[in-house]
Amino acid sequence: MFDTILSGQIIQYLFTGLTIGAIYALTALGFNIIHNVTGIINFAQGDFVVWGGLLMVMFARFFGFPLPVAFFSVVGVMVFIGAFIYYFNIRPIKKPSILTMIMVTIAVSIILQGVAMFIWGKEPYALPSFIEGPPVYVYGAYIMRQSFWVLGISVAMVLFLTFFFNRTLIGKAMRACADDPGAAGLVGISTPLMICAAFMLGSALGAVGGAVITPITLMEYDRGAMIAIKGFGSAILGGLGSFSGAVIAGFMLGILESFATGFVSSAYKDAISLVLILGVLFTKPEGLFGSGANKKA
Amino acid sequence: MTTNTALKVSSFTVFIMILPWVLNLSSATAYYVDVMIFVAIHSIIGCGLSLLLGYAGQISLGQAAFYGIGAYTSGILTVRMDVNPWFAMAAGIFVASAIATAIGIPTLRLRGHYLAMATLGFGMIVFIVFNEYIALTGGPSGFGNIPPLSLMGHPIESSFSFYYLSWLAAIIVLTASLNIVNSRPGRALRSIHDSDKASASLGINVAMAKVKIFVVSGAFGALAGSLYAHYLTFVNPPAFDVFFSLKVLMIVVIGGIGSVWGAVFGAALLNFLPEWLVFLHDFDVLAYGIILLLVVMFSPQGIYGLLAGAAGYFFKFIRKESDHD
Repeated sequence: MFDTILSGQIIQYLFTGLTIGAIYALTALGFNIIHNVTGIINFAQGDFVVWGGLLMVMFARFFGFPLPVAFFSVVGVMVFIGAFIYYFNIRPIKKPSILTMIMVTIAVSIILQGVAMFIWGKEPYALPSFIEGPPVYVYGAYIMRQSFWVLGISVAMVLFLTFFFNRTLIGKAMRACADDPGAAGLVGISTPLMICAAFMLGSALGAVGGAVITPITLMEYDRGAMIAIKGFGSAILGGLGSFSGAVIAGFMLGILESFATGFVSSAYKDAISLVLILGVLFTKPEGLFGSGANKKA
Repeated sequence: MTTNTALKVSSFTVFIMILPWVLNLSSATAYYVDVMIFVAIHSIIGCGLSLLLGYAGQISLGQAAFYGIGAYTSGILTVRMDVNPWFAMAAGIFVASAIATAIGIPTLRLRGHYLAMATLGFGMIVFIVFNEYIALTGGPSGFGNIPPLSLMGHPIESSFSFYYLSWLAAIIVLTASLNIVNSRPGRALRSIHDSDKASASLGINVAMAKVKIFVVSGAFGALAGSLYAHYLTFVNPPAFDVFFSLKVLMIVVIGGIGSVWGAVFGAALLNFLPEWLVFLHDFDVLAYGIILLLVVMFSPQGIYGLLAGAAGYFFKFIRKESDHD
């Protein structure tokens, strides 16, 4: 009897962890895409997630768009915002030192947060599940239907990105810019255009994460910093720049957090994640899997 | 300290001494004395980050943690253990320095984005502890009845007297910072800003120098926090969240990253802006973000840089005019 309860609990935590982890993974992928092409860590990545969630609420709940229309409108708006940020905030910087880029993306993050507060106010917003229905019973655990959407869409995004970067011309051009901007320029690839594409893709990825997770966690304007640091933590754990590493690490962090909530303390779940992230930063900044993609940092 | 700096500091001190009397002439401006107290407190914590960021080139997104440690140590010791407020303040500075040393040694080995994220994470962890360690901190609602600082039996409670106390502390911190800048360690920091490797080859212990200045910034933060706690007589976590860390960053960057004076200008701007732009309510956040963005993009030396540039141009202009005569 006790065993079934415990195993049910474990499956419950595992699924909760995978669901939250999916968002960390998507955020980490967003960090990686922008970092690989530009060398910038975009501190506004967490705010893209917040915006994705809040825009989804606005389109689906207040404008009454059908869900797929709302979803793609969110992605469209965020692609536009990504391009806007690049052209008006990143590109005009004449001497792009690391310190300057950190401060610019922090400023962008503060502005996104301020505008979000202006549009949506301070209260958290709820969104109904994409498909309504009671939780699904799996081996002694109740899994929310939205969890399947989160996992399904995250897997779809990873597959899309793999295809995009390996099979499409733009994807390959972006990888070329990441490897060597100078050489990429010589073969006729426009580096600014590729950087712009990276910002568009990065903000869209964040927005997708926000849109699918909001039915589970609610969303409010100031959630960005916490999401950003956990997404960044996942990117580091997986080896900054590595896509597969980011996905695995995102899920690991989510699962760890979920088990910490269940078995240790729900009050300190964020603190436990953060201590883990700091521990990795201090001892193994090249990531747990030792891909060592980034030695410059 | 050069004579030029000494002149600047002493004329600034005179200005600060006279200011409340001028402000008190009209009931419309008397309230600004209170605002100026926060300018002093924010100048203190800003000076610390200015040394770290502007001179050593090391970013910290976790300064609110030290501010909070100073405030909570002061509050907890005086309220729960009946310690003398001055000792509590010293204890707060000591605790913050110890934590800054422990955190600084592993953290400052990191660079750039990694350092920014690590300090951000540190600030968040401390904030969570303020919220969740309810037995000690009172949790989200915080606690009050923190006694004021007192001098020879007289409590320093009124805005007027606290104004002088906070600005005394701020001017001491400013003077100390200016001295650090023009000292051997200060020059070492500036050389670290340009290149770690070149500094190491000159015999500078780079890791040690970075940790030392981080500890100084932590101590200044704790001093500011302790003043805050004894002035408001109340502490709760929202005052020490991530946004306050970002605000300290804005104070330094908007004020002017190249000079400790920038922190004072930045603190003044960020405290008076919400007073002047009352219609903005909560949206001062948005205004700060836009100003920060504009400063970083178009005027990397901040307000102080702009003013210094304008003053230089003005004097050059005057000199040219007098040449004609």
